[in-house]
Amino acid sequence: MSLPAKPSSSRAAEAIATCRVDPAAAAVELTDVSFAYDVRPILSGITMTIPRGKIVAIMGASGSGKTTMLRLIGGQLRPKSGGVCVGGLSVPDLEPEALYALRRKFGMLFQFGALFTDMSVFENIAFPMREHTELPEELIRDLVLMKLHAVGLRGAAHLMPAELSGGMARRVALARAIALDPMLVMYDEPFAGLDPISLGVIGQLIRRLNDALSITSVVVTHDVYESLKIVDYLYFVSEGRIVASGTPEQVHASDDPFVRQFIDGASDGPVPFHYPAPAYREELFADVG
Amino acid sequence: MSAELTAGVAQWLRRIGGAVTGAASKLGFVSRFLLAVLWHTPGAFRRMHLTLREIYFAGVLSLVIILMSGLFVGMVLSLQGYETLKRYGADEQLGILVALSLVRELGPVMSGLLFASRAGSAITAEIGLMKTTEQLAAMEMMAVDPLARVVAPRFWGGVISMPLLAALFSAFGIFGGYVVGVRLIGIDAGAFWGQMKAGVDVWPDVTNGIIKSFVFGIAVSLIAVFEGYDAKPTAEGVSSATTRTVVMSSLMILALDFVMTVFMFRGASVI
Repeated sequence: MSLPAKPSSSRAAEAIATCRVDPAAAAVELTDVSFAYDVRPILSGITMTIPRGKIVAIMGASGSGKTTMLRLIGGQLRPKSGGVCVGGLSVPDLEPEALYALRRKFGMLFQFGALFTDMSVFENIAFPMREHTELPEELIRDLVLMKLHAVGLRGAAHLMPAELSGGMARRVALARAIALDPMLVMYDEPFAGLDPISLGVIGQLIRRLNDALSITSVVVTHDVYESLKIVDYLYFVSEGRIVASGTPEQVHASDDPFVRQFIDGASDGPVPFHYPAPAYREELFADVG
Repeated sequence: MSAELTAGVAQWLRRIGGAVTGAASKLGFVSRFLLAVLWHTPGAFRRMHLTLREIYFAGVLSLVIILMSGLFVGMVLSLQGYETLKRYGADEQLGILVALSLVRELGPVMSGLLFASRAGSAITAEIGLMKTTEQLAAMEMMAVDPLARVVAPRFWGGVISMPLLAALFSAFGIFGGYVVGVRLIGIDAGAFWGQMKAGVDVWPDVTNGIIKSFVFGIAVSLIAVFEGYDAKPTAEGVSSATTRTVVMSSLMILALDFVMTVFMFRGASVI
């Protein structure tokens, strides 16, 4: 855990670190990014572009470093080396105040929603508006109801998060993520643990909101079928590296062994079934004493 | 054999070194954490409704346990005190005994211990669970600093509640002492209140008691919010953080009480 440094307004002004990427074309660009927790490498040599207005999926098995990428884009982690550029700004070089200013243009959907459990659905969505704007209460009410209407849950405004089903909680979290009309929305496993109907609803909402609000979306997921239906481009990550990428059509037609294993759900392949271990016969007949 | 012994000693020294540097680093981290909370204090007070809400949760909801405990402690103190004072024919001094014991020591210490168990553990569990369910991370991603929005109001809610709870504990304790001493045992009410009025000073007795409870409030609240914020984001992590809050707070209250008592009542013929 790290403590956020105290914001310093005098330093923040000079600390707006720009990068060379054209923000009109690429909302996010990762250049040769490597990251490690202590000595354990998580990502190495990741280079990817997320074009403005598109939905890009980052796919990979659990523990392959997908969520770490979202944390790097959001500035919650700093890369060991390489550049992370969001909206024309170099995220690792930003002072806390500039980073917080950038985050106001983000929306993020966490894996299980991360709704504030002591607030009603209405208050959860009003939260970012109350924190960052001086809007009058009537306007906040109208905006919250509009956001809830967009995800089909206007009637659930008075409920508490504990009263929602998994799919409803995810939709409320989605409404909260778009509360301030962000330029970039990041989805961390939006399909995990949902029934088929909720899965389809969330998938369609991601697509519809992306197009209607002209936002850019990054979807971290391992749900290959749902993603192929809604995204514009996919990156496949394995053991901290990008092993394949392409449009949904290219992915469907791909004969790359990793992509095939992922799409077909094969238990063995480039991602091995067995965790590294000594030879089976050797271990069975080893002298235990 | 000597090589094994050297290795054993080296390992032992390494373990001590590791423990010392670990403790020093945690102390540094807690200090930085406190500074960060203090930095966000003006913001927390500007949005007073957040702190008021925490005063309600930490203070108002602790009232029942504090008042009931105060009442019973005062009643027991009165019974036990009467038995002892009677031997020396000083049973009319019961009022002063009950009041001084409560105002100087039992009020701040007992209410501090109860506050740590009732409110401190709740604060740690709440912040720890917010961390586990990614609510703190969500807040950060919404460009809202959890230290300002979650931690600082809870810290000040505890600090403000603690002296008030201690004062109420003492007041109810004195009332309990009065019920047993005057109503049940039959000591003269005039003597009970008169001795108390003559023997208890605003300074050093009452004020020092308030200072003690204020210091305990800072210690318990800091430990509670820190342990919650620093908890491992797992069910086991939150549970051990909650336990640590109660254990550390209780030990801290007793240790601080001794130190403060030495400084406060040294001139008042205690030492």
